[in-house]
Amino acid sequence: MTAGAPLLRVDGLTKIYGSCCPACVALTGPDVGTNVCPRCRSVVACADVSLVVDAGEIFGIVGESGSGKTTVLRCLYGDERPTSGCARLASLEDGRANVFEAPPRRRHEIRTRLLGMVYQHPSLGLRMDLSSGANIAERLLMVGQRHFGRIRARAQGLLERTEVPVSRMDESPRRFSGGMQQRVQIAKALANDPPILLLDEVTSSLDASVQARVLDLIRELQRRLGVAMIVVSHDLGVIRLLASRTAVMKDGRIVEVGLTDQILEDPQHEYTQLLVGAQV
Amino acid sequence: MASIREFLTLPRDRQRRYNFAYLDEHSKREVRRRLLKAVAIPGHQVPFASRELPIARGWGTGGLQITLALIGPHDVLKVIDQGADDSVNAVNLRQLIVRTTGVRTTTDTRHATVVQTRHRIPEEPMTADQVLVLQVPEPEPLRHVEPSTVRARRMHAEGDYSAMWVRLYEDVVRWGEVTISSQYPVRVHRRYVMDPTPIPRWDVPRLHRAEVLYLFGAGREKRLYAVPPFTEVEPLAFDDVPFRVEEFGGARCRRCGSEASFLNASFDPVTGARTFVCSDTDYCTRRMAALRFEETAR
Repeated sequence: MTAGAPLLRVDGLTKIYGSCCPACVALTGPDVGTNVCPRCRSVVACADVSLVVDAGEIFGIVGESGSGKTTVLRCLYGDERPTSGCARLASLEDGRANVFEAPPRRRHEIRTRLLGMVYQHPSLGLRMDLSSGANIAERLLMVGQRHFGRIRARAQGLLERTEVPVSRMDESPRRFSGGMQQRVQIAKALANDPPILLLDEVTSSLDASVQARVLDLIRELQRRLGVAMIVVSHDLGVIRLLASRTAVMKDGRIVEVGLTDQILEDPQHEYTQLLVGAQV
Repeated sequence: MASIREFLTLPRDRQRRYNFAYLDEHSKREVRRRLLKAVAIPGHQVPFASRELPIARGWGTGGLQITLALIGPHDVLKVIDQGADDSVNAVNLRQLIVRTTGVRTTTDTRHATVVQTRHRIPEEPMTADQVLVLQVPEPEPLRHVEPSTVRARRMHAEGDYSAMWVRLYEDVVRWGEVTISSQYPVRVHRRYVMDPTPIPRWDVPRLHRAEVLYLFGAGREKRLYAVPPFTEVEPLAFDDVPFRVEEFGGARCRRCGSEASFLNASFDPVTGARTFVCSDTDYCTRRMAALRFEETAR
């Protein structure tokens, strides 16, 4: 790994749903005010998204519903196959290999060892028919850990760290409150110490006080473990609290990227101004 | 042909009008080709064109098609069901094979060249010049943890067996050990996880680096797989919760007195007392004969 190389570098990430025509990207975007191609009716979920995440950094992505934030995360994590683009991880072949073109077995390894994902809905990230402990154990078993005692100790440690009562580790997360489910999901994502954590609207379905505690937890983890994160949210408050740098997305494009403070205090793009202005 | 009974009750001259070993030569060749692939990729399930037979699918048609495809006029056949040579399934399959091939049969594992079995591996260690054909009800080991066949196939391709391991984890959490009694998942050649068919745990270690070629056939599910001789076969288990075979608490077979074989429990209808008897009838009978011989010699 060359010194100073970013942990993650994404170039020209594009995801188009539909038949796709050569004019799709040109005829959509914030300037046109839509992400549906007028010619072939394809949906350009995100186009030409480029971003850089450095070690230990929290990178925010903010934007309204349907602006393509989640699609970016899902493509990175491998839930979706991007139409085109390139992503390089410093920890994968010294940043030479394109994550999106990795063969399936490799892709699976990237998913389990190098990335962690926390979804908006716990039911997407957790298997509700299993116990919370088993959900975490699953990640450890994926990377070949075969010592039952150690797996269990690790799961306990992670639950303690994310403030889930260890006495309930053999219960299904279905019986937990929303905040607790989200904490189990974070513990699961952290199981293999991934260098990058992807957080998709983690607090959006939680009430204000629980939200604050989960956000505290995320900041605490970031400080203690030094794990880099991409935080996707429509809530500027969350972004302000967590992210050091932020990209603003609209109609599938990044319209502005920079230091979070700068973007919030001195927004340059028209849409960002609207977004910041709308916040009381 | 509607049923095996119908076939077996036909006059002998009409039975003889069928091709050698019932299946036509093209079907046999198809099975043999698939078997070659299965042997080349140990533990990998290979799809094959499962044929209609005068036996309902799911009653041993996978194993039967392998046997029919492999058997030649000089082979010696043994068919067992749960270790017994004389149970209905074994008798029917044996008769069908014999009437369409004229091969010799035996109950002695040592003398057979082809052994077809359901749910047991013979106690007698088998050798390199023999083949053991196992009937498979359910070839997909991931079926219980992943109902979708498409996803299960992808998991095999990616070598992702975490779902199966999680099942073992939950078992150990709940019961202190893995509670799967038969169809215990094994990893073949450090690659594919395989369903060894509903053999008891007792038989699982016999798959490991065995001299004999194991062939598995699932007729209803249209899959074949194989464990070639001397292949590594490892039951899935945690480092600190090792795999164990069944224990019979020091019980002995009530016929031959064996302590070193897989035993079936039976209950006396009058006294209700529990006794044990060898599941492998051939092993048991030969031991008894040997004991009798010793007694008379004395």
